[in-house]
Amino acid sequence: MTMNIRGRLGRFAEKCRKHQFLFEELVKRDFKQKYKRTVLGMGWSILSPLLTLLVMRLVFTQFFGRNTSHYTTYLFAGNLVFSFFKESTTGGMSALMGNKHIFTKINVPKYIFLLTKNVSSIINFGLTLCVFFLFAALDGITFRVSFLALLFPIACLIVFNIGVGLILSALFVFFRDISYLYDIFTLLLMYMSAIFYQVDAYAPAIQRLFYINPLYCVITYVRTVVIDGVIPGPGLHLLIVFYAAVAMLLGGLMYKKKNHKFLYYV
Amino acid sequence: MAIIEAKDVSIRYITGDFKEIGLKEYIVRRLRGDYQVTEFWADRDVSFTLERGDMLGLIGKNGAGKSTLLKAISGIMVPTKGKVRVKGSIAALLELSSGFDGDLTVRENTYLRGALLGYTRKFMDEMYDQIIAFAELEEFQNRPFKQLSSGMKSRLAFSIACLVKPDILILDEVLAVGDGAFHKKSGDKMKEILDSGVTGILVSHSVPQVRELCNKVLWLDHGRQIAFGETQAICDRYEQFLKDGKLPEPFEA
Repeated sequence: MTMNIRGRLGRFAEKCRKHQFLFEELVKRDFKQKYKRTVLGMGWSILSPLLTLLVMRLVFTQFFGRNTSHYTTYLFAGNLVFSFFKESTTGGMSALMGNKHIFTKINVPKYIFLLTKNVSSIINFGLTLCVFFLFAALDGITFRVSFLALLFPIACLIVFNIGVGLILSALFVFFRDISYLYDIFTLLLMYMSAIFYQVDAYAPAIQRLFYINPLYCVITYVRTVVIDGVIPGPGLHLLIVFYAAVAMLLGGLMYKKKNHKFLYYV
Repeated sequence: MAIIEAKDVSIRYITGDFKEIGLKEYIVRRLRGDYQVTEFWADRDVSFTLERGDMLGLIGKNGAGKSTLLKAISGIMVPTKGKVRVKGSIAALLELSSGFDGDLTVRENTYLRGALLGYTRKFMDEMYDQIIAFAELEEFQNRPFKQLSSGMKSRLAFSIACLVKPDILILDEVLAVGDGAFHKKSGDKMKEILDSGVTGILVSHSVPQVRELCNKVLWLDHGRQIAFGETQAICDRYEQFLKDGKLPEPFEA
């Protein structure tokens, strides 16, 4: 069993080496397509979450901000996680369809398109994360060594996003209206992620229901580390890993099963 | 030792109005029970073998299943029945524009295409100047690809595919484009490559071209294999078919 896994990992690593050049070239292409070589390009990607933050800060402070300590950091943590998820998955959805001219003509591993698409959203997230720490510092947050624990939910979120991206990009080949449905879904998801409000007002049983939402789990993790200054218990760790693994597994299976079917639908 | 071996290859396509109907419509149709997918065989029981250095001409009218067969050989599709065995790397040149991006420059596109065909950066660094020189695009290296004329685009596609020296070269009516001078140059290059021992498949509607370049011919009609074998005999019969429209019984030559 272990040999089998090791053998598979070895083959995967070999495949990665073989496709490294292709990966790099596709990343370059994605960047150039996205920003069209504009100067503002990258800056805009950071500016737009900041604008969202500004509006939320102005509007919601009156309603929710009064009983929440470090409300700016609270809001930003929610926005940071959610906008990363949204950008990565909505961008990822078109990864397969957008490259139909390639994979219907040349035999390349199809998941590579999704992975390269994710590179730019990960870089964006990294930049926004720096701005987040800057704002947290201004908000009077003390920086601790325990902040390193944030690497855990971030790694899981990246895996989760890729998994969801795989699922969406596969579905999008078969059902083109998924993009509209997903827009509505992300809007609803945002309201359920407790980005600008606190869940304390609900009964404990209802509060627990929030944990069904993977994004809420990650947001809560980030807030607990940054605002409360403690690392969450093992339960939340397990839950976040679980969601990431399920998304990845499901996406991987869809690609494996439909690998040669995509061709008929594009 | 066979480089490409296709044995009783049959490929079933699905068509119907299932494309682009969307999830909501799909569910409604499923509930009403009128979700329909029609299947048809794009290729039926196609068998052939190519040795090293063989050049196969793939002929037949539109809808004969030529492109589908090429997809099975290049590994993009999996045969519904039968087997395709391929030894070596394939540089498929299935369509001119495939894999090129209009907004990227000629240089960027060349590297991207090289990467798509499975070559390393080091290899492309070495070959780049030759590719551009052969395509006669030295002055256009930093121009966006979309500004190129279609002839230039096909020259670039041809140069990349031919200069990278694959074991197997698949050409889908690519030679038919380009102006007179390049036409000759590419033809010479093709012959040079063939002499170097590459195995190739050429899809062409030009019978003279097939006669000139290919030593074996596979004739398909509506997915059925009409003939496989010696070039001149099959080409003679094919030209007769093009004139009188009478399809012969499957034969060997």
